[in-house]
Amino acid sequence: MTPAIQVKDLTKAFNDLVAVDHISFEIEQGEIFGLLGPNGAGKTTTLSMLSTMLKPSSGTALIQGIDIAKDQDSVRKAIGIVFQDQSLDEELTARENMDFHGRLYRTPPEVRKQRIDELLHLVGLYERKDDLVKTFSGGMRRRLEIARGLLHHPSVLFLDEPTLGLDPQTRNHLWQYIATLSKEKNITIILTTHYMEEADRLCNRIAIIDHGRIIALDTPENLKNSIGGDVVTIKTPDINAVSRILNESWVIRLEQHSDEVRISLQNAEQHISNIITQLNQHNIPIISASIHKPTLEDVFLSFTGKTIREQEMDGKEKMRIHHRMMRH
Amino acid sequence: MDVIYTIWLRSITRYVRSKSRIIGSISMPLFFLIFLGFGLNSVVNIPGLGDNYIQFLMPGMVAMSVLFTSVFSGIQIIWDKQFGFLKETLVAPVSRMEIMLGQTFGGATTAVIQGIIIMVLSLFLGLNVQSLPGFLIALGFMVLIGISFTAFGIAIASRMEDMTGFQLIMNFVVFPIFGLSGAMFPISSLPGWLKPITMFDPLTYGVEGIRYGLTGVSQINPVISFMVIGGFACIMTIIGAFMFRKINI
Repeated sequence: MTPAIQVKDLTKAFNDLVAVDHISFEIEQGEIFGLLGPNGAGKTTTLSMLSTMLKPSSGTALIQGIDIAKDQDSVRKAIGIVFQDQSLDEELTARENMDFHGRLYRTPPEVRKQRIDELLHLVGLYERKDDLVKTFSGGMRRRLEIARGLLHHPSVLFLDEPTLGLDPQTRNHLWQYIATLSKEKNITIILTTHYMEEADRLCNRIAIIDHGRIIALDTPENLKNSIGGDVVTIKTPDINAVSRILNESWVIRLEQHSDEVRISLQNAEQHISNIITQLNQHNIPIISASIHKPTLEDVFLSFTGKTIREQEMDGKEKMRIHHRMMRH
Repeated sequence: MDVIYTIWLRSITRYVRSKSRIIGSISMPLFFLIFLGFGLNSVVNIPGLGDNYIQFLMPGMVAMSVLFTSVFSGIQIIWDKQFGFLKETLVAPVSRMEIMLGQTFGGATTAVIQGIIIMVLSLFLGLNVQSLPGFLIALGFMVLIGISFTAFGIAIASRMEDMTGFQLIMNFVVFPIFGLSGAMFPISSLPGWLKPITMFDPLTYGVEGIRYGLTGVSQINPVISFMVIGGFACIMTIIGAFMFRKINI
């Protein structure tokens, strides 16, 4: 089977700023693929190019085998998009927004009507279908946009920051929808996000993108393992004894600090009781013991040398989030 | 064709829902009609119509409501740009030409409906429609004015970032177009140096065409009026489509 998306050396330069710098990746059919990175890393620019909204400076990309530079209309028919910013007509009802979309994509009337009902049920908005969108909350609008993006049965769905500015509960809800969707409809989903948790929970594979380049690409599991596994921290007055006793083969590294020992290892849960038993047998007092599983945040830190939150938000982004919050 | 219809349908749906906009844009030409029409009726003498100034003014006010509504409809694309809805339309597998034509026809339709409302209200203020063909001629000119100036609005909106420039366009472009069109006074009564300028105002021909249709009297031959405003509608549609093609979001 051909991959759903094939990207090769895709580049976009605005004057002397290179927003996307020779990125290459492939996405399999039915996969949920995440582009993770701070604001301004080039995620949205990449999506804009893949959705034919922006012409690449160089490089190629194929969506379902169709070249984005050669056959824009076929690409557009194959994809559905949920933009980062809202793109609904607030003066129309939910159903009218859907209907407008269906007509633009030339979905036959009977099919259109049936799918609109089905999708509105799916995102839990059927009861509100004849209400004007301006009466909807942020989460409802987002769900409506996702339903609309699916109306013409795209085989690839683009989600640009799907949960930006939403409250944690709504975010959880949306994650469930997205996960269900990919399973039930076997749609390939490519999403951009700067929320680590979102990428971790949803994506089969993640590309970490920074300054327009992909700096790591793998499954969330492998990415987290690649930076050295879990860490067990034992706080004790007798740190030297701990180092002496623990010389098992599964200990990758052992670091001594003033009053604690940090043990790097894989699958910390399986070994923690063993560690504690051994220390007890040697009568070493334990003040506290903790397990730290690496997060994507740690992965990002180790690849870029800074946390994603340190990448400062620009003013416009702040205003946008603020604006969205105000709608709730 | 169905894409053009889709965009047209959205314009109409939005228009029907915006009661305040409908009433708001009827009020100005209506007040002009009542205050100027009745106020000046007995003092002004119009060639061909005698002292019936209100009869002279009515076609002008119909043209005025078509003009303002259509420019506003075109410029509304800026709202779509700001609220993000334009993206939804632009990323669909449809050509920008279709989108632009849908917007233009939608805007022109709402503008013509506004004009017809003024026309109907004028009937109560003493307008005598000469004949059905006369009414249809007036309607045809209203459609052409509507298309021209919606396309004009779209062309401007394609270049504007937000609504801040709107007032400027209204005051320095649209209002002079209206003022110089002979909607409120006969062109022949203007001083010699100003008269040629009115001949460069495309709305002059639109107003004259409507006036010919509704009252049977006009200072410009209706065939010439039709050719000029018809040509202007074509040119504006082409310019509008060209500008819209280059719109950035």
